[in-house]
This record gives sequence, C-alpha cells and structure tokens, in this order.
Amino acid sequence: MLAEFLQFLFSGITVGAIYALVALGFSIIYNASHVINFAQGEFVMIGGMATVFMMAGGLPLPAAMLVAVAIAVCAGLALERFAVGQSRGASVVTLIIITIGASIFLRGLASVVWDRNFHTLPSFSGDEPIRLAGATLTPQSLWVLGVTLVVAVLLFWFFTRTLMGKAMLATAHNRLAAQLVGINTRFVLMLSFGLAAALGAIGGILITPIAPTYFEGGVMLGLKGFSAAIVGGLGHGLGAIVGGLIVGIAEAMGAGYISSAYKDAFAFVLILLVLFFMPSGLFGVRGTERV
Amino acid sequence: MLLAVEALTSHYGRIQALKGIDLTIDRGELVALVGANGAGKTTLLRTISGVQPASGGKIMFDDHNITANPPDSRVRMGISQVPEGRQVFGPMSVEDNLRLGAFSRGGAGTAEMLEKCFAMFPVLEERRKQPAGTLSGGQQQMLAMSRALMAQPVLLLLDEPSMGLAPILVDEIFAAIAELKAAGTTIFLVEQNAFAALSIADRGYVLETGKIVLADKGEALLVNEKVKEAYLGI
Repeated sequence: MLAEFLQFLFSGITVGAIYALVALGFSIIYNASHVINFAQGEFVMIGGMATVFMMAGGLPLPAAMLVAVAIAVCAGLALERFAVGQSRGASVVTLIIITIGASIFLRGLASVVWDRNFHTLPSFSGDEPIRLAGATLTPQSLWVLGVTLVVAVLLFWFFTRTLMGKAMLATAHNRLAAQLVGINTRFVLMLSFGLAAALGAIGGILITPIAPTYFEGGVMLGLKGFSAAIVGGLGHGLGAIVGGLIVGIAEAMGAGYISSAYKDAFAFVLILLVLFFMPSGLFGVRGTERV
Repeated sequence: MLLAVEALTSHYGRIQALKGIDLTIDRGELVALVGANGAGKTTLLRTISGVQPASGGKIMFDDHNITANPPDSRVRMGISQVPEGRQVFGPMSVEDNLRLGAFSRGGAGTAEMLEKCFAMFPVLEERRKQPAGTLSGGQQQMLAMSRALMAQPVLLLLDEPSMGLAPILVDEIFAAIAELKAAGTTIFLVEQNAFAALSIADRGYVLETGKIVLADKGEALLVNEKVKEAYLGI
C-alpha cells in the first residue's frame, strides 16, 4: 500500500520537476512580454534531441548537453529576434499565434534535420535503483530533482539579488518606467526568451533518459508545463515550481489509482478546476495596488 | 544650451499631438511648461525621453542629435524623467525602486545617492523595505523623484509632480524642486498648477493644442493677461 503510494509519488515528483522547469520558462516570457510562448515545449524537445545527435556525432555527454542548451538558446533568441520582436505593437493574441506557428516550424525542422524516430539517452550515473520503503527511485530521478533545485535557487538569486534580474522584474511590472530608468527593454525581452529556452532544454535533457523523445515530444511536455504555470499562477516563480509538482503528482496518482489511459487528461482537468475556483492561480496576484 | 528642440512633431496614429515645437533650455535653468489637459505636455516629455517616437524635427542634447536614440541611451546621457502618475514599480520595495534608478550607471554611486535621497525625503528611509505600491500618493511622488535622481541626471524632466496631492505635500514637492535647482540640476517642469510652476521657474512656455503659443520669463508670464485668464483663473 505505502510502497505503491511512494512509487507513484516519486515518479510524480520527478516528472513534476520537469513541468516546473517548463512552467518557469512560460512565466519568464509571460512576465517580459505578456506572451504565452507555445513554442516552449519545442525548446524541451530540442534539448533532448540535440543531445542525442551530438552524442551520436561523437561528443561526450557533458559537452553534448552544453551544445544542446546553446542550440535551444539560439532558437529562443531567433524566435524573439525574427518573429515576436518583429511584430511590435501587434496584439498579444497575434503574438501567441506567432509562437504556435514557430512551434510547428521547429517541429518540422527537427524532423528534417534529425529524424522522426524515438531516441533515448543513457542515465547520467547508472541505472542501479535505490530502494526506499519498498519503492524504487532511479538515480536519474535524483539528477532531475537535484538539477531542478539548483536551477530554482540560481533563478531566485538572479531575480532577487542582481540588478539585471531586478531590471527584468521591473520591466514586467511597468515597461514605461523601466525604459525611463534606462533599462533596455528590448534586451530584457531577448534575455527572457534565451533564459526560457535554456530552462526548457535543461528539462528536455534531464527527462530523455526516463522518457524517450522524438520530434513531437515537446508538445505534451509544453502543454503540461503550461498547465503547471496556470495552476501556480502565471508569472509567479514559486508558483511555477509548486504548480509543476502538483501537476506531476496528480498525473502519477491519477494514472496509478484511476487509469493510466487518462494520464494526460489530469493536467487539463486541473487547469479547469483552477480556472473555475481561483482564476489567478495558487500564487497569483489579484491586482490590488494603489495608484 | 543644454537642450534644443527644433520643429518637433509627433503623432499617435493619424492624430498629430505635437505640431512643430521649438524650445531651448540652458544649463542650470528651471523651465516650466504649462497648458491645459490634452495640449501635448506629456507627449512632449515622452518624445524628449524617447518613449514616444518623433515624426519630424530634431532634439539636440548637449550638442548631440538624439532624435533617433533609444530611451536607455538618453538616460545614460543624463536625461531622467519623473513620469506622470509616478509609475513606481509597485510590488518591489522602495529600496529596489531606488536601486533601479541607478541602473543606467550600472549601480555606480548607489550608496551615496541613496543617502542623499533619504536626506531629502526621510519617509523613504523609514519605508525602504515596504512595497512601493503601498505608499501614499505623496510618498510615491517622492519615490519617483528620488528614483530619477539616482541616475544623477543632467536634465530632470518632471511631469505633473503635484497632480492629485494634498496642498501640504504640493509645498513639500515644490520645495524639493527648488532645492534641486539650487544644487545646479537643470529642470524642465510640466504642470497644470501654472501658478506654482511659474512662480519658481526662470522661464516658461505655454503649450496649446500641440503648439507653443507664449514664451517668456516666469514672472512675466505670471502677470500676462492671457495666461492669467486661461491658466491662473484670475
């Protein structure tokens, strides 16, 4: 009984950590531009696929991972530079549709440049499972949790302790005032797309040894990450992480105790519940500000 | 001459908000711009800061043509603006707002400027950890002015600093402006409160529907019949 519960919990937290990374990417871009970037899942796919093909090209795993993150960051910057940034003054809905277009383009590109097969990566440090109260935890799960934790701490430090991080938050709060104190808001936008792409790619690399990836593998991960961002409160850092874990755990529990056929539905049911009962998410601000 | 605006025009879509503005500001001067609602005062300041594009004419600052410069480069050159409606970063602390004011200097000189701002407005020091959005209107105005000063500007643009404030706070804000002028900062002050603005200004301009219609010394405008009738309510 307990062993079964723990097993579902472990797998929920692991996949939830990936959703959290994707959700952070959504939130960072949303803060900077109020755009929901539906190409966020493609960054995840690029992270996994690029690592696979860099390794096939002879690079050792750590180097392949670095190159893969760099490729995803380039894709993110290109998306801002050539698509979103070119449409300044367009409505947010138009910008969102542009990101959907970009996601289709990136999937097509991946299927042509790489291929249409499933690929996996070796675990970073072996496959010897760790036994814990009757349940098993793979070393790769620990990698996922550890790296996500480090990334979350680094992001927290960046946004609360550095002037550039605060400048990004300031741009989110009030773009006009940010420009008037000399913040280059165009650069902030580029930086957020680069950062979001890097987060997505890191998630993609971490999850590939557990769940094989292919050129459309980013679609579901992107949507789950989006659900996580909504559940936690779009634009809220801690909310993204908590939202990711909630979606991951709900999905694992639902698949384990109810039916694995509905695995993908739980995330979207959660979105509906949140939108009905607390539309701004668990951590969302309700806009009470004196003016 | 620190700032020279020549034949400046600006549009919102097809509507022309500025119809050829000419004005100059010398180093150390306090120049006031008065005019009714919708005359284009805020548009003029925004165009000088670069957050509203100019559609014609030019802006010379310190002998450089800055008409096409992006806003962040103008801040680095020394043009700071206190925008209409204060526009503080509401959820961020008072101190973070001030630190961001020094962003254009990469944070250089933050400590000493913080001290100067706290000396001028002690209430900001008491509230330094509080979210800026929870300050009263007057305190937010003090914060917005201090944030602009953190950049150590050569030219300070003030947009309606007295708007919506209680009379006692208006006095305090205007005393601070006089203090800044005495310390040598060049100030361009936009106000609906024409009497208060012209009283402390060296020179003044009157703006009507996107055009400068009068330009004179501050005290001369105060006794000008047209100004009295239209803006001073006497």
